[in-house]
Amino acid sequence: MANEFLEPITEQTFYLNMGPQHPSTHGVLRLFLKLDGEYIVEADPIIGYGHRGHEKMAESHLYEQFLPNTSRMDYLAGLILNHGYVAAVEKMVGIEVPPRAEYIRVICAELNRISSHLLWFGTYVMDLGGFTPFLYSFDDRENILDILDRVSGSRLTYSYCRFGGVARDVDDEFITATQQFVERLRSRWDDYHNLVTKNVIFIHRAKDVGVINRELAMRFGCTGPILRAAGVPYDVRKAEPYSVYSELDFEIPTGSKGDALDRYIVRLQEMEQSLRIIEQALERLPDGAIKAAVPHKVRPPRGDYYFAVESARGAVGFYIVSDGTSYPYRLKARVPSYGNLQVLTEVLPGTLVADTISILGSIDIVVPEVDR
Amino acid sequence: MSLEGLKEELSKVVEPGDMVPREYEKDGCLLEIKARAGQVESVAKAAREADCFLESITAVDFTNGPQVIYQFNSCTSISRVLVRVQLSRGESVVSIGSIYDAALWYEREVFELFGIRFDNHPDLRRLLLPEDADFYPLLKDYGKVHAFRSTEDIYGE
Repeated sequence: MANEFLEPITEQTFYLNMGPQHPSTHGVLRLFLKLDGEYIVEADPIIGYGHRGHEKMAESHLYEQFLPNTSRMDYLAGLILNHGYVAAVEKMVGIEVPPRAEYIRVICAELNRISSHLLWFGTYVMDLGGFTPFLYSFDDRENILDILDRVSGSRLTYSYCRFGGVARDVDDEFITATQQFVERLRSRWDDYHNLVTKNVIFIHRAKDVGVINRELAMRFGCTGPILRAAGVPYDVRKAEPYSVYSELDFEIPTGSKGDALDRYIVRLQEMEQSLRIIEQALERLPDGAIKAAVPHKVRPPRGDYYFAVESARGAVGFYIVSDGTSYPYRLKARVPSYGNLQVLTEVLPGTLVADTISILGSIDIVVPEVDR
Repeated sequence: MSLEGLKEELSKVVEPGDMVPREYEKDGCLLEIKARAGQVESVAKAAREADCFLESITAVDFTNGPQVIYQFNSCTSISRVLVRVQLSRGESVVSIGSIYDAALWYEREVFELFGIRFDNHPDLRRLLLPEDADFYPLLKDYGKVHAFRSTEDIYGE
């Protein structure tokens, strides 16, 4: 028998490094995978390649000086973190922000949320092999970057918020451009859905892939679209309304199963809700001051404070301990991508390597935010 | 579950005197729990019973020893609870990784940045720093900081 000469087939596992330089990790992330053929046995995300020590920097800088750091943690939704940080310090010091400034902040933060989701949309579909939607979404996103560039002076790392208000007032051109953008994006949904959402190849790559149910999300502290896709309507903008979100009418889209397709749909619906918020905020935009009178150096009273906002990826929290001086004694940023990435250790085992790309893309992580 | 439900679960494991209500409007937390290092596991179990998720684990360095801070919150109604554990220098805490998987990474981070060890942690490697890092960067005697204070200076206790 010829078979006698063949070596017996044994189970064999091997290790594969996915990253740190890999086009689908969107940042410097290394996934250390133990594979059995095409199947993943163990996954260990290795992070820290982009660790810059923001929290240590905070301890030797004035509250004002730390402001630009916040938008560099999550560079895709920098304005939202910026907003969260200034709102936290305003609450500590007790600064009353003029309503016009609050509305401008909300409009810009929602524009930023849409730009982050549009980038995710383009890159996610590109990871799955579709190049055209990427061009569509980046074309739309470019409009937002232009609008935000007009008011803040930068395209990505906005340090637009200031303690007590915003850096610069918006003009009529900003309002017209934003209104035009809202109309433009609404007219594009059909293209997006026809190109991607109804695409059978896309559905096969996303449906029932990477299921993160409520139980799993709660254990890993996942927030944002991942938790909402699992059917939990938790959104910091509703749960503990900050700024003027309580005055605006919007819904929290949720999914049911918590697979990659649910997360995709939740994010698309979130963009529609953000458009609603922008529209209402533009309508109600009051006249008046854009910045309250704030001392040159803020000195929050002693104690510890926590302030949460909803970024494009989930709940961001700033935990600040103040010793009564103009320097934070300790500043901790709770970032959503942290839990959202850690859940991979549980989700990836048992899936195919090809699905890893889809799962990682659907989770929408920003690695520098995890590393801080 | 509401804050009341969480309070009820917590009252089974901590003394009523160690549960201090906080002003949410002022500092964003609803309840503070002063726990000892040995109580952390039972507090985490109570929070899990009350359907809370772990928001973060962090630490703050003081002259009289570091403090580990846990934050739990519920996704049905706002109920942020801050658990404060005062340690003496070199003291370790028990890991809550078996209750909340999220804690595994947070504890690794606190370990590498503050040198606080977590007992029963399955895999206490460095997370953000290089594997061979032999320093604890968020301690106040490392690098440039503005001040190094005691808990009394800040909380007056």
